[in-house]
Amino acid sequence: MTITTVEDNRIPLRARFTTWWVIFRIAMEERFVYRGDFALGTLMRFLPIITQIFLWTAIFQASPESKIAGYTRNTVIAYYMLTMISRAFSSMPGLCGGIALQVRNGEIKKFLIQPVDMLGFMLLGRVAHKAAYYTIAVVPFAFVFFLCRDFFDGWPDAEVLIAFCLSLFMGFLLGFFIEASLGLVAFWFLEVSSLVFIYNLLSFFLSGHMFPLNLLPGWAYEIVKVLPFQYLAYMPAAIFLDKIPRSELWTSLANEACWLLVFVVLARIMFQRGIQRYSGFGG
Amino acid sequence: MAIIEIKGLEKTYQVYQKKEGLRSSLRGLFSREYKQVKAVQGIDLQIEQGEFVAFLGPNGAGKTTTLKLLSGVIHPTSGTATVLGYTPWQRDNEYRRRFALVMGNKNQLWWDLPAQESFRLHQQIYRIEADVFQNTLDELTDLLDLQDLLQQPVRELSLGERMKMELTAALLHSPEVLFLDEPTIGLDVVAQHNIQQFLKYYQQKRKITILLTSHYMKDVAALCKRVVIIADGLIKYDGSLEGIIKSTDQRKLITLQFRDAIDDSLLAALKKFGNVTDVETPRIKLTVTRDVVPRMLSTILDGYQVDDVVVEDPPLEDVIATVFSEVTAGRVQQIDDDEFESIGDGQGL
Repeated sequence: MTITTVEDNRIPLRARFTTWWVIFRIAMEERFVYRGDFALGTLMRFLPIITQIFLWTAIFQASPESKIAGYTRNTVIAYYMLTMISRAFSSMPGLCGGIALQVRNGEIKKFLIQPVDMLGFMLLGRVAHKAAYYTIAVVPFAFVFFLCRDFFDGWPDAEVLIAFCLSLFMGFLLGFFIEASLGLVAFWFLEVSSLVFIYNLLSFFLSGHMFPLNLLPGWAYEIVKVLPFQYLAYMPAAIFLDKIPRSELWTSLANEACWLLVFVVLARIMFQRGIQRYSGFGG
Repeated sequence: MAIIEIKGLEKTYQVYQKKEGLRSSLRGLFSREYKQVKAVQGIDLQIEQGEFVAFLGPNGAGKTTTLKLLSGVIHPTSGTATVLGYTPWQRDNEYRRRFALVMGNKNQLWWDLPAQESFRLHQQIYRIEADVFQNTLDELTDLLDLQDLLQQPVRELSLGERMKMELTAALLHSPEVLFLDEPTIGLDVVAQHNIQQFLKYYQQKRKITILLTSHYMKDVAALCKRVVIIADGLIKYDGSLEGIIKSTDQRKLITLQFRDAIDDSLLAALKKFGNVTDVETPRIKLTVTRDVVPRMLSTILDGYQVDDVVVEDPPLEDVIATVFSEVTAGRVQQIDDDEFESIGDGQGL
């Protein structure tokens, strides 16, 4: 993971932390400027829960079985609620389009002129945006989870909880670097909105956002298991619900770390190449 | 050694050529024609420490491209340049801490937050010591009269105030070289004047090197001793502003206020000396070449009763317009730097 804001290695760690803190603080302040939009956006996230509860109740009522692929109605709803948490970490609204816009309107110049690393700067900005979101959203999240507590079988053990937190953290970074890589495509193709659309569509179905991935037919599940999308929603929820066998738990996280590494390296290479292209052809 | 040294600098852009119409748009999906446009075609230039140099030229002459090359935003096609001993497009962090670029039409501050927050961020990015930062900020906000505006979101500032904030942000790390790309664009006369005064004072005090592009001749006349005219990507003139006027414009504007009404014989006499531009009897304006002025004045003053005489140089804007039209005469195509803001060969996926 690369969150250096300045490439110069001689700068003491303490000074770096101060820089990161100031970027973080300012990005967070910016987030709180538009209070109405922020509050509404936070609250609206919870509306789909109600429809999901009705939907899965109807599905299970129509089904002769009380379990589908090992999931009861309650577990599916619990799963859906947990993917909301995963998505709150891994979704990056506006990141890809934002990078593309900066390339298109030339704002990216700022990062070429100032001694600051763009990806590191944006990552810190995103951490701040998420932190701002959680600060406000923790109360309604807690309230909704309290109301829906009966859908859960209780708290998982410590190992699972640690793995869950780790998968959320990596999910955040993976989401960031995937979307950043997509945004950086703008160095070659100015407009990336179609690409974002395709990504969102794939992510919607393949991340397990809508339903647990192991409800898929066996062959489809095998394919989805090797793709990175599952780490954006499915994996943390499945870990929490103990749906990942213990023997596979840490291997799954190691796979996630590998995907993360792939996208960190990809984003870095694309940024370097993109800048070369930008400064070679345009500017 | 010169602080900025440019040798044979060239920059060629590849520009997508699209003919009018839907058919050509569809064809463009599969194959595209590109044209090589030479924005800068072999510039040699040396600038010494402490100079305040104006880059003049018509739109698309290559001024902004040169500033982008010197600030490391773009790579040249060929040639070399060093600023403070660094090659700009290597984007060394040490170099980036020692120069600043301000573009009049680009905003570098955080739009929704007070400028104070952006300044704080600059302090961190440029690693400015806390006390140095505070002193510099106090000095700049004092000079630019910004103390009361620091807490106001940038989006709520006027254009002039915003440009002052941009300048403050750019100068916080005390750059040794400053590139200014049309810093007074769109500003009213008062705001322009304030920024000119500030730049003049600051440059003289700090002895920093400034390269300025501007279309406002008042900026240039007020600030720069040295003027470089660039057109078609080539340097056409390098010297003093007065030098341009002397070498390219031999005209004087003369206004004569007669006691009596101007009759046809007087008008005919005046027309022999030059070009009559305005008659508002008993006042007349005409343009004559410099060498004719003494002879004309003695003839007229001897033969007629004159209340007032004004002899002046043509407005600087007119002189420069003449220079530009001369240097660009015969050129086939105009290149606008801003057209190169965007890159890439795809318009969508």
